[in-house]
Amino acid sequence: MITMENVSKSYTEGSLALNNVSLTIEKGEFVFIVGNSGSGKSTLIKLLLKEIEPTEGRIYVNGRNLNKLTRHKLPYLRRDIGVVFQDFRLLKDRNIYENIAFAQRVIGAPKRKIKTRVPEVLSLVGLSEKYRSFPTELSGGEQQRVAMARALINRPVIMLADEPTGNLDYKNSWEIMKLLEEINNRGTTVLVVTHNREIVDAMQKRVITMQKGVIISDEKRGGYSYEN
Amino acid sequence: MKISTIFYCIRQGLKNIQRNKLFSLASIGTIVACIFLLGMFYSIIINVQHMVAQAEETVCITVFFDEGLTQDQIDEIGNVIRARSEVSKLEYTSAEQAWEAFKTEYFADNPELADGFKDDNPLANSANYQIYLKDISTQPAMVTYLQSVEGIRQVNRSEVVASTLSDFGKMVGYVSAAIIIILLAIAIFLISNTVTIGITVRREEIRIMKLIGATNSFIRAPFVIEGVLIGLIGAIIPIAILYFVYKNSVAYILSQFQIITGAFSFLPMGEVFAVMIPGALIIGAGIGLIGSSITIRKHLRV
Repeated sequence: MITMENVSKSYTEGSLALNNVSLTIEKGEFVFIVGNSGSGKSTLIKLLLKEIEPTEGRIYVNGRNLNKLTRHKLPYLRRDIGVVFQDFRLLKDRNIYENIAFAQRVIGAPKRKIKTRVPEVLSLVGLSEKYRSFPTELSGGEQQRVAMARALINRPVIMLADEPTGNLDYKNSWEIMKLLEEINNRGTTVLVVTHNREIVDAMQKRVITMQKGVIISDEKRGGYSYEN
Repeated sequence: MKISTIFYCIRQGLKNIQRNKLFSLASIGTIVACIFLLGMFYSIIINVQHMVAQAEETVCITVFFDEGLTQDQIDEIGNVIRARSEVSKLEYTSAEQAWEAFKTEYFADNPELADGFKDDNPLANSANYQIYLKDISTQPAMVTYLQSVEGIRQVNRSEVVASTLSDFGKMVGYVSAAIIIILLAIAIFLISNTVTIGITVRREEIRIMKLIGATNSFIRAPFVIEGVLIGLIGAIIPIAILYFVYKNSVAYILSQFQIITGAFSFLPMGEVFAVMIPGALIIGAGIGLIGSSITIRKHLRV
């Protein structure tokens, strides 16, 4: 599903944010990427979304060679990838229904489809009752669930979560992780960048640990091995 | 793009204008001023051209012949002049006709005074051709030619009238073109600023749209629509104003200055607005399109 071959990324000459990274993530895997700030986690996510270009190496996502992907075809890559962020990135001037429907509108989905899909994903994330609320009226955990519903509505094959529990308390963090696991159980490949040691240790999934732009460990059923 | 998506983009374009009321109004105001002046100058120019054309029809060159020329020789000269491409019309006035016209004009009240000249036409050498030209600017060259024709004694022309009319038309054209170009540039600049603010306000939304796979055209369309709508609104308002201004001005001038009414006529409204309405709408939409496209290229790299 995701392949990186000898990928390096340098923002300024002389310093490498990512240094000769190679990894393969199969379809349906659940993978944690851990490491401290500056380890290259965010660069990796940006490369997968083709927000930035690698300085060296090749990247393949869902059969697409990102090195050769034109700007014109970029939106179609991103429709295959659902993304959630630590800061939720919801539109504050629109209610929950509109925030989720927005993801369908931008890809030109017909109204009829939007009307059936939005309640479906709202029910999946457990927010059916709150579709009229505005983001500011919801708790952090609820906002993250809305962001997940928005990421899921276009049925992505890959789910990227960049520090999804960074702003959440223990209970809400677990709820989000359980949701990600459920999404994974339905066949979506899930990639979670996190600092949350407890969750990583408890879930016993594949853990890729990064340090200074290099993968220092990749365990099939690992724990949070990196010491801050 | 699907129809529902097009409507969605139009709604977003309208929302942009609403969110950005002050700047949108400033842009609309400038375009209104720009197209109003454009329309006004157009009305003036087209009417001046119309009047110049009317005046040109009355401005002619008059040629008189050497004494003792026979009627056949005069006819021959007439044929040569008529054959020239710049001549639109040639009229012949015989010495008798000239005297008759003179009598009617000056001795109308005392016809008996003219009787003394009954058998001795004082205008015996006044047979002449009046030459009307297709384009008044060719008059000097024509005069030079006529002066070289054998048998022609004198060439009279009204050079001042001819050059004043064509110079006035040109001057109005140059001045209005300069003002219009400056105003167009200001309008494009203001629309560009308005759209830039729209993009800045919606930066987060645009970022999310990019991440969830919106196409470039989907992201750009509302801003282009915003610019075009501002341009179109800015065109419709001055068309309506000009319609009333033109109608009332023409009526006022015709009622107040009857000398003009006798000499010239204004173009009918239908003829002026048949060009002005589509022209203004195209220019308005064009300004909006150019203004927003420049900004999108600069600030919306997707």
